[in-house]
Amino acid sequence: MPWDRLHPNLLWAMGGIFALLLVASLVTGILTRRNPQKNLRELQARVKSWWIMASVFTVAMSVGRGVSLAFFAFVSFLALKEFLSVIPTRRADRRVLFWAYVTIPLQYYWIWEVWYGLFIVFIPVYAFLFIPIRMLLIGETKGFLAAVATVHWGLMTTVFSLSHLAYLLVLPPLEGFGAGGPALALYLVILTQLNDVAQYVWGKALGKRKVAPTVSPGKTLGGLLGGVATTTALAVLLAPLLTPLTWKHALLVGPLLGFVGFFGDLSISAIKRDLGRKDTGELIPGHGGILDRVDSTSYTAPIFFHYVWWAFY
Amino acid sequence: MDHPGETMAKEDTPLHWLRTLFFLVIVRPLVLVIVGLNVRNRRALPFRGPAILAANHNSHLDTLALMSLFPLRRLPQVRPVAAADYFLRNRWLAWFSQRIIGILPLKRGANRRDLETQFAGIDAALERGDVLILFPEGSRGEPEQLARFKTGLGMIACRHPTVPVIPILLHGLGKSLPKGEAVLVPFFCDVFIGDALQGFEDRKRCMGAFEQEMQRLAEHADFPAWE
Repeated sequence: MPWDRLHPNLLWAMGGIFALLLVASLVTGILTRRNPQKNLRELQARVKSWWIMASVFTVAMSVGRGVSLAFFAFVSFLALKEFLSVIPTRRADRRVLFWAYVTIPLQYYWIWEVWYGLFIVFIPVYAFLFIPIRMLLIGETKGFLAAVATVHWGLMTTVFSLSHLAYLLVLPPLEGFGAGGPALALYLVILTQLNDVAQYVWGKALGKRKVAPTVSPGKTLGGLLGGVATTTALAVLLAPLLTPLTWKHALLVGPLLGFVGFFGDLSISAIKRDLGRKDTGELIPGHGGILDRVDSTSYTAPIFFHYVWWAFY
Repeated sequence: MDHPGETMAKEDTPLHWLRTLFFLVIVRPLVLVIVGLNVRNRRALPFRGPAILAANHNSHLDTLALMSLFPLRRLPQVRPVAAADYFLRNRWLAWFSQRIIGILPLKRGANRRDLETQFAGIDAALERGDVLILFPEGSRGEPEQLARFKTGLGMIACRHPTVPVIPILLHGLGKSLPKGEAVLVPFFCDVFIGDALQGFEDRKRCMGAFEQEMQRLAEHADFPAWE
């Protein structure tokens, strides 16, 4: 069984996720029973989708490194596809977009090979230079800058940034930290996703002052600060279980992830507002598209990765 | 092949086991995972035939996408109507089109007086309770632009007034695999399913109602620029 290979700390954390989901389902059930006149369909759909996402993620993390990397590569693929589907693109660039997709298996292959040097420069240097070359060979100059810039932005967020989460998986265990890379990835995912939920819940509970009225009118200062506080508490609590971080480190990482995740969320909101859309897709019932779910992770993953890299490796 | 559908020889009918395997192993992963469909108003899709799905046509993927809307076990009853002159133009393509995709070949531009033989295959399929897939635009036009609808759909609908016609607007497949391109580039594809039309006695009124429903679906749609 693959479960034997998992560090007990990982199993505890995964158990914690499902315990939390159980609570969420119970609360949703009670709310539905108490307010039969209220339409709680979206909340129910959201919780149900969380169950599915948590289950898929748990299986993907448990079976083995190859499966985990393939899973994250697939998430990058879905996110890039969704991005390219909602933005304006040029007909002439079909073949260019094909190459944009090709970067995904390559980027994740560097991770499989634990080839840090190429992993870190492949998209920002080689893809950055190659994508415009492919466009130049087609020769369409009308809208060139907008086209090349949007492809780069898509690759940087959906492939480069997200792949940092996958690179955490291949980080070797340290002395006194046996759980290793998978635990770091789990720590990042738990904090980022719960930060989203906490900001939403705190915003509903005590949010008044709008923090980014033009970008996302639903976001409030109360929600942001409440979310960051919750994330920080959780960061300190989970650090000894899943990371080599001391409580001092965790006290810094918590707010860092809280604020950065907020801006990741906001950047996708800005894109949706720019395009006049409510969500980026309908892949995940109650949540929207896959970009709506991984937006904050695209910001927190590189930030957390480089913090850990700098501090321990 | 003068009167396709009139008497179906055995080698013209779908090979169900190979067809199911082909759709399970190749078509569904391609259409549902690599491309990805956003289906709106799926409830309007009839679970049982007879029915006619009438969609706009931008890509060879259109047929595969519409066929993937049904559970695999319904596949034997789902038949795309396709141009005989194109899909039966050589032996290999004819074998693949008829035995694997399971097309009902239709002779385009046939003599008006010869309607009975032209529509014989379609009539028989609808009487069997099959779901037919029809592209009233004729061939795949300019990607992602609605072309004029041909009235063959209206004729078939009037011959079968109790059979519902389901208008379907497809978007995105023409970006993924347009006419004349061999490289597939994935984009999420939108499938807008309209409300069923039926009970027509007049071909023009049927086409009018169909066009109106397609326009309504297009208004709901929110497509990014692709020029």
